[in-house]
Amino acid sequence: MHEARTTFWAGVRAEFPLLVGVFPFGMIYGALALDAGLSRAASQMMSSIVFAGSAQFVTAQLVREAAPALVILLTVAVVNLRHMLYSASLAPYLKNLSLRWKIALSYLLTDEAYAPTILEYDRTGVKPTSHWFLLGAGIALWTTWQFSTALGIFLGTAIPAEWPLDFALPLTFIAMVVPNLKSNPMIATALTAGVVALLAYSLPFKLGLILAALVGILVGTILEGRK
Amino acid sequence: MNIWLIMLAGGLITFGIRFVLIFLFGKFEIPSALRRALRYVPPAVLSAIVFPELFIRGGHIALSLGNTRLLAGIVAIIVAWFSKNTLLTIVAGMIALVVLQMV
Repeated sequence: MHEARTTFWAGVRAEFPLLVGVFPFGMIYGALALDAGLSRAASQMMSSIVFAGSAQFVTAQLVREAAPALVILLTVAVVNLRHMLYSASLAPYLKNLSLRWKIALSYLLTDEAYAPTILEYDRTGVKPTSHWFLLGAGIALWTTWQFSTALGIFLGTAIPAEWPLDFALPLTFIAMVVPNLKSNPMIATALTAGVVALLAYSLPFKLGLILAALVGILVGTILEGRK
Repeated sequence: MNIWLIMLAGGLITFGIRFVLIFLFGKFEIPSALRRALRYVPPAVLSAIVFPELFIRGGHIALSLGNTRLLAGIVAIIVAWFSKNTLLTIVAGMIALVVLQMV
């Protein structure tokens, strides 16, 4: 039990740098949802029912435009497709868990919880308490997301626009990716995915991101196979 | 449709996307090529998120000295490469951005 608690808090700590960037993002979402015509209760509950930043932004926007429900739901599905990559990538580490754990961890699986968790798992391999790390990272993010949404709903964004707090998110991802580029296929994957993401940026629904990730993964795998 | 129903359905869809492969894993044999490919998911996805944040300004690729986020990002990449320290990378990138914005 002691080991589980230590691992849980390690997950919470690993999530901290990401929270700096998530916080203003949550406030902006809260303010935007309210502005789009959602009630306070609905704006807040979407953060716990859907719990997916970009999908919530898109939903609020589409509700404002009075888009048909089917369009909204299809959009949510496509915007969140990248989570399937995370799910596939973490699945080997979570395979021995009970159904209850799998459900809880799937609910908490976001970009920001995935990133520190997969790096930790790559480093340590599967341990009996590994799942507590993802739980810690996930709950730290979840709590922050609910709290920042509420602040956005009741205070507006309140953070001066010239404070570049949102930049903390890409910076944290840089800090996570760069030290792990240990082989040429890894470097090629990162560069290819990045460049494709720029070229495909104008595609709707984050499809550019998914395309970029798939091309990057393909390039890395092919280069590794050649060696 | 009622906004609450939309949210509930949206939540179920989101959960399903996150859950399905975690649930199915182990119930089928995973080809080894796919297993290898999965190791490239983190650098691929995270770079695909980071590059547009640095390069795209106002909907277009901005390759100029005026793009302070790109310059600050390059500082962060260099610091990350040599220090391998998360906190130092974030602090260096933030300071670089704030300083460059003042120039």
